[in-house]
Amino acid sequence: MELVCPAGNLPSLKAAVDNGADAVYFGLRNDTNARHFPGLNFNEKRAREGIAYAKARGKRVFMAINTYPRPEGWERWRQAVDDAASLSVDALICADIGVLDYANQHWPDLNLHLSVQASSTNYEALAFYHEAFAIKRAVLPRVLSLSQVQHVVDHSPVEIEIFGFGSLCVMVEGRCILSSYVTGESPNTHGACSPAQFVEYRETPDGLESRLSGLLTDRYGSNEQAGYPTICKGRFAVGENTFYAIEEPTSLNTLALLPDLHRAGVKAIKIEGRQRTPAYVGQVTKVWRAAIDSCLHDPEKFIATPQWNNILDQVSEGATTTLGPYYRPWQ
Amino acid sequence: MNSSPKLSLGPILYYWSRDDLFDFYSQAAEMAVDIIYLGETVCSKRRSLRSSDWIDLAIKLSETSDKEIVLSTLALLEAESELKTLRRLCENGRFMIEANDIGAVQIMTKKQLPFVTGPTVNIYNAATLKFLASKGLKRWVLPIELSKTTLQQMQLQRPGGIETEVFSYGRMPLTLSARCFTARSHNLPKDDCQYKCIDYPDGRLLSTQEDEPFLALNGVQTVSAKTCNLITEVSLLKQLQVDVLRISPQSTFTGQIVDAFHSALNGSTIKDLEKYMPLGSCDGYWHGNSGLSESNSHND
Repeated sequence: MELVCPAGNLPSLKAAVDNGADAVYFGLRNDTNARHFPGLNFNEKRAREGIAYAKARGKRVFMAINTYPRPEGWERWRQAVDDAASLSVDALICADIGVLDYANQHWPDLNLHLSVQASSTNYEALAFYHEAFAIKRAVLPRVLSLSQVQHVVDHSPVEIEIFGFGSLCVMVEGRCILSSYVTGESPNTHGACSPAQFVEYRETPDGLESRLSGLLTDRYGSNEQAGYPTICKGRFAVGENTFYAIEEPTSLNTLALLPDLHRAGVKAIKIEGRQRTPAYVGQVTKVWRAAIDSCLHDPEKFIATPQWNNILDQVSEGATTTLGPYYRPWQ
Repeated sequence: MNSSPKLSLGPILYYWSRDDLFDFYSQAAEMAVDIIYLGETVCSKRRSLRSSDWIDLAIKLSETSDKEIVLSTLALLEAESELKTLRRLCENGRFMIEANDIGAVQIMTKKQLPFVTGPTVNIYNAATLKFLASKGLKRWVLPIELSKTTLQQMQLQRPGGIETEVFSYGRMPLTLSARCFTARSHNLPKDDCQYKCIDYPDGRLLSTQEDEPFLALNGVQTVSAKTCNLITEVSLLKQLQVDVLRISPQSTFTGQIVDAFHSALNGSTIKDLEKYMPLGSCDGYWHGNSGLSESNSHND
């Protein structure tokens, strides 16, 4: 079971490698990847440096080109694929059919992974990408229960990677346009959800407000900590109630499920968080390295220790975690 | 001269009773639409009509009207039972399928049968369009968040024989989740949802804390509270050689809306549809802006 960790910049990449990641993933400094945030990601020079660092230590490097090019941007995505090939990354993580086809046609030796942004939740869809583009692995959206993950693994023609820890998208990735409904920019088109330039906090007599493009996403009491105004984590009114109608600010943490995921045949665990600090990446990687080693050593006796969970809780959104969709009652 | 676009009725996104569905489609048979999409695209727990009922309804409508009937399929496929239903629809032997997931594309490709892709199949560029055309795609629906500028470029590079359909009227499907938000709003888990969706024939309103209507909860799907309306754009849609304009059914006034689009396509005065909408209109995506915004390009 491989541990795949986020690298938003070179220090994070090094932190991941130094703390036990088997593989790291990164993106370029443009809208070709789904963490297109200011000050984040790699130019060519940094990418070469990072890849050399990881490879010298026997680790693999994946590059994400996992947004959806529109005709006007096509050249940028094509160039990114060519760059990935010249950087000799171990795999390219893609979502768009046009991009996958280009990569498969022009760089047949380049390993392709299907990004979570491709929204593939069933083995028929995985078979399509496998037959069409010879993908080697797929990352599943965060919508399946544990037994559904097991079923997909049993019937999938390719390796399965799932999200183990980090910010929780409660929607099917690649098919959520809440962000562009409010701001005009979505993960699919611009590589960012609820982009920072649309975020505003206002002190008002009713408390601190968070807004996205002017739309009120939440209002905080004096004893509450304000969150980032991702639309799905806001408080809204439905019927008589005002509450977290979609999801609380919380992170996914599947540490307790590791033995089940291992038995299910899941090939890799992905840690979310290219936008987080190198310290975060280091801490989270270290915990997951220890947990995976312990699980592989003796899955029957595996226990997610309170110490590990404490560390993960401390770095989580809202300082709480959930098993998310893997645990059926969450749905 | 460009021929006038056809009109379609998209699949009903909401949970309606069996009687309401049959009533609606007996009226739809008389509406000025050329294509009717039939089937459940949101939640497999909704069983007012089972897949065999949908197929029977398709047969009846195709025999008693001149409409083209397409069978729409589920967008979020999680369970094996859902794949079984999908296969049954794909094997109907008579009607084209609207694939709302690549899983459906795979099944149709294996059978070497033609298919339509709905708005949740991400076709954002010409390379994707061409690839799917090589697999049997006959018609595609422009993804909801794409603009007229993107569409124009796609049309220039569109492979021969492929029809383009644009979601032109209705609350827009914005997202899907494993979680059922309608059940959650009643403090119920999905596995015991008590079929609450049936109480909200156009979705359950979600507003901001400033009472600004924002979204409508429709089970595992979330749609816009505002209604997308491109009726003032019909001449541009014609000019862009769009083949089909989709009207997404709502629980009331769908016939009047179809009539208004039909008249607009025939050059009559463009009617104000605001009074038929649950909560105001928007057209931002079409103009390359935020989806909920509205341009000022009203003709009336």
